[in-house]
Amino acid sequence: MLSVFILAPFAGSLIAIFFPPDQRGATAWFAGAIALLCFLIAAGLYPFVTSGGVLRYELAWIPELGLNFTLRMDGFAWLFTVLVTAIGVLVVLYARYYMAAEDPVPRFFALFLAFMGSMLGVVLSGNLILLAVFWELTSIVSFLLIGYWHHNAHARDGARMALTMTGMGGLCMLVGLLIMGRIVGSYDLDVVLASGDIIREHPLYLATLVLILLGALTKSAQFPFHFWLPHAMAAPTPVSAYLHSATMVKAGVFLLVRFWPVMAGTEAWFWIVGLAGLTTLLLGAYFAIFQQDLKGLLAYSTISHLGLITVLLSLGSPLAAVAAVFHIVNHATFKASLFMAAGIIDHETGTRDMRKLGGLIRYMPGTAMLAMVASAAMAGVPLLNGFISKEMFFAEAIETHQANLLDTITPYVATLAGMFAVTYSLRFIHSVFFGKTPSDLPKIPHEPPRWMRAPIEFLVLACLVVGIIPAITIGPFLHTAVVSILGASTPQYSLSVWHGWNLPLIMSFVALLGGIGLYFLMRNYLATSTEGPPVFRLLHGQRIFERVLVTLSWKWARSLEQRLGTRRLQPQMRFLVFVAIMAGALPLLLNHYELPPLLVRGIDPAFALLWAIGIACAVGAAYQAKFHRLAALVLLGGAGLVTCITFVWLSAPDLAVTQLLVEIVTTVLILLGLRWLPKRIEDTQESELLSLRVRLRRLRDFVLALVAGGGVALIAYTVMTRPMPETIASYFLERAYKEGGGTNVVNVILVDFRGFDTLGEIAVLAIVALTVFALLLRFRPQADSLEAPEQQQVQNAFDDDHPDRAKGDSVAEYLFVPSVIMRWMFPVSGMLAAYFFLRGHDLPGGGFAAGIAMSIGFILQYMSGGTRWVEERLRIHPLRWMSIGIIVAAATGIGSWLFGYPFLTSHAQYVTLPIVGKIPLASAIFFDLGVFSLVVGATVLILIALAHQSIRAPRAHARALRAAKEAK
Amino acid sequence: MEIILSAAIGVLTASGVYLLLRPRTYQVIIGLSLLSYAVNLFIFSMGRLRVNAPPILEPGGVGDLSRYTDPVPQALVLTAIVIGFAMTALFLVVLLASRGFTGTDHVDGREQRSE
Repeated sequence: MLSVFILAPFAGSLIAIFFPPDQRGATAWFAGAIALLCFLIAAGLYPFVTSGGVLRYELAWIPELGLNFTLRMDGFAWLFTVLVTAIGVLVVLYARYYMAAEDPVPRFFALFLAFMGSMLGVVLSGNLILLAVFWELTSIVSFLLIGYWHHNAHARDGARMALTMTGMGGLCMLVGLLIMGRIVGSYDLDVVLASGDIIREHPLYLATLVLILLGALTKSAQFPFHFWLPHAMAAPTPVSAYLHSATMVKAGVFLLVRFWPVMAGTEAWFWIVGLAGLTTLLLGAYFAIFQQDLKGLLAYSTISHLGLITVLLSLGSPLAAVAAVFHIVNHATFKASLFMAAGIIDHETGTRDMRKLGGLIRYMPGTAMLAMVASAAMAGVPLLNGFISKEMFFAEAIETHQANLLDTITPYVATLAGMFAVTYSLRFIHSVFFGKTPSDLPKIPHEPPRWMRAPIEFLVLACLVVGIIPAITIGPFLHTAVVSILGASTPQYSLSVWHGWNLPLIMSFVALLGGIGLYFLMRNYLATSTEGPPVFRLLHGQRIFERVLVTLSWKWARSLEQRLGTRRLQPQMRFLVFVAIMAGALPLLLNHYELPPLLVRGIDPAFALLWAIGIACAVGAAYQAKFHRLAALVLLGGAGLVTCITFVWLSAPDLAVTQLLVEIVTTVLILLGLRWLPKRIEDTQESELLSLRVRLRRLRDFVLALVAGGGVALIAYTVMTRPMPETIASYFLERAYKEGGGTNVVNVILVDFRGFDTLGEIAVLAIVALTVFALLLRFRPQADSLEAPEQQQVQNAFDDDHPDRAKGDSVAEYLFVPSVIMRWMFPVSGMLAAYFFLRGHDLPGGGFAAGIAMSIGFILQYMSGGTRWVEERLRIHPLRWMSIGIIVAAATGIGSWLFGYPFLTSHAQYVTLPIVGKIPLASAIFFDLGVFSLVVGATVLILIALAHQSIRAPRAHARALRAAKEAK
Repeated sequence: MEIILSAAIGVLTASGVYLLLRPRTYQVIIGLSLLSYAVNLFIFSMGRLRVNAPPILEPGGVGDLSRYTDPVPQALVLTAIVIGFAMTALFLVVLLASRGFTGTDHVDGREQRSE
């Protein structure tokens, strides 16, 4: 049942995005229905969580890492769930009327639902890691919501700032949660909540605390991270009403409450949380007075109220925790309604500037009354819900919890902040609804649509009912929530309006009267002053934030790049090689590597001779690669052939076959490329005059290469002379026939045991081929390579001089014998491919080798007859070969699902075909067929794309020549 | 046998690494190819060197390491050979395109003053 809370909003979000943009009503109805569904389910689950009951839902995710998809609902989570879903329903209703016709509404409701899902995820997570995941999700989705009007620069900046702050806090929190999980030994929330003593006494407690608090305090906009919240007011008002009063910023205090039983009560907790909370409480209230923007005032007031909750939680006493939970609920109700009221005022008048507004009670008396009640609740006026929780706060502030300065000043700060709260609440009401009617409003104000006001009416009614008869309305629910947090240590508390004449009541009256007095003293100043409190407005949070960001991500990054970076490849490669050598050498040196005895006996002279040639080829290729490219290519091929023979020699026939075939295509490939490289003629004089620097550089590279080669040789020799440890090799050898149905173990591994890897490999091959194709589509050769190669020019000139010859005759004559042979070889190579393919499962061969053999057959035709000749007679569709290949391979894998086996399980059997005889026909052969087809397609695509350049280039050349002529 | 093959791997590596550090793209592509021979042989040699023991079983047979060589490095190298080809092809095309765009075959896309 609990999973519905996550599934429904996210699924709804996905669906909502597909609503047509003009269907405002339908989208709203849909989103509202989802929110309502969640709310009703939550309400129905209430009996399960009373008196300490806990609902759990668990789904194994990565149990090896202790990461399970665990949802958990206790009384406190229940309370939050109801809060999130109920206010969600109201906000949807409100947004239905608030959003303008030109706004892309489906996106709004999709994001809204996604946010609700993330928030419910945070509230219901029963696993620390899952909690962090949902936590980050709320940050990301809120980023998108705040930036909903992304054409507005303020919205973009505000969204970015909110994401930077809360995202950074979230990362810190993740680290904190990981440490906490390590301390406890489990990421399960139930286990964590039962291990308070272990956590508090652990040496890493302070680190954990600070990291988790960073997450909570940034999210709840506590000082000094408060400044993002006012900037987030650029969001549409429904978003503010939801995120910045009831949900997102409450996630921070939610987390504080969640971990209150295991982390609170220590001195560190008291000081960090208390100091942050108290500062926020006072500064937020003070700043709120001086705001000119309605939503700005509400934003700072939210900050201040969150500070109040934080202070309550810092005290570490159970009674204070009760008050904190109570105030969370109260604040959500009155602040959401106030945001909505501010939105209505903005919507109906076209401005939120309090200097411009006034006298609106004459135009919208209903809204005015609702706003008055709600702001009275915000100010803590008796008979409203804000009053009761504020009384509880005052009472707790007076109590001595820890004998220190912070604790001593708390009641005074609390009273002062209460006074400020009265002032800004009064200001909100007085400057907007009373006074003289403004004349320069952008719109003539009037009452909003009936149903736009309904959510506010509901919330204000809740404020009143809770404020007058708390014990029988909110009482039982609050008790359920509190019991789930405090358990046995739940204190006796009384939720009543009248506690007699006591100190908290006196503090309330002082705040009330002082606040009213303060407002009337400052009224004239505020009516004309600029935005922001005096002195402090110079200290702009946003400015500081931006400066820090610029320094970090621009100045420091750039100077670091200038100091350490280079755009030149060679130093980077040199560094890479050096690091690789170090990485190889260090473990050997640290573990006292000893050279194994060099065994010179048992050397086959033929093998030695073979490698003498191979080594000569390799060194020669290295030496010639600069000036004699063709020679280098030939020598490279020589080294490749020696490698190939080595494979045959040392019992690897499959490798030898594949290596030989790949050698052929690689050579063709590079030959095709050679034509486009610049001429480079060795200047014998220049080489003698090489500067000392160049010589030194070459020497250094030479030494690096020697060390690398020597090191690799040493490691290889050391490993080879050691006895073989137990490996998985025997597993494959034993099961290749029994389970894979083939005797060629290498092929069975490729298409059966490790078939999934092979699927990945051929996908890589396909991607590379497509990339090559795409790159060559836009290939523009360098001007000096545009002309036909020298030999071709000579031949063409010769053909042109003789009237009896057509262009291209010479080359055809040169290649007459080879081309006849190559044409005749086409069926043979096709046959060879089929042969390799069919025997692959039992004997050396297989899809890879067969595919390359087939593509060599194709490419030979191109070489013998020329591109045009071939394409007039034979259309190869490499892309089809490739797509068929990957589809067949994947379908074979999926096919095994039909029989109830995991992906790519194979079935083996021998089949007798006419003429061909008995062949192994495992289902893996279809997989191999896919491999074959894809390899053919990819190889041919690469080679043909490159070969085609020789046709395209002369055309481009002719075009360029024509253009040059016309220009003259 | 072992000493020859390891020497061969060493020389292939050294030639490859030296070419990798050169300024011309063609040198680098040849270097990468040499290096991939070296790496393939190196991985292959981790299964130890055996003569006349290819991992081809008798039909119906069950293999063991005393009669057959280790098939796992071979399977790894087999795909590495094909992927190596793909890498060479991609690199070749990138170097051609880069030469087309920048007009030089220097690895940085522009000539260095002191070369």
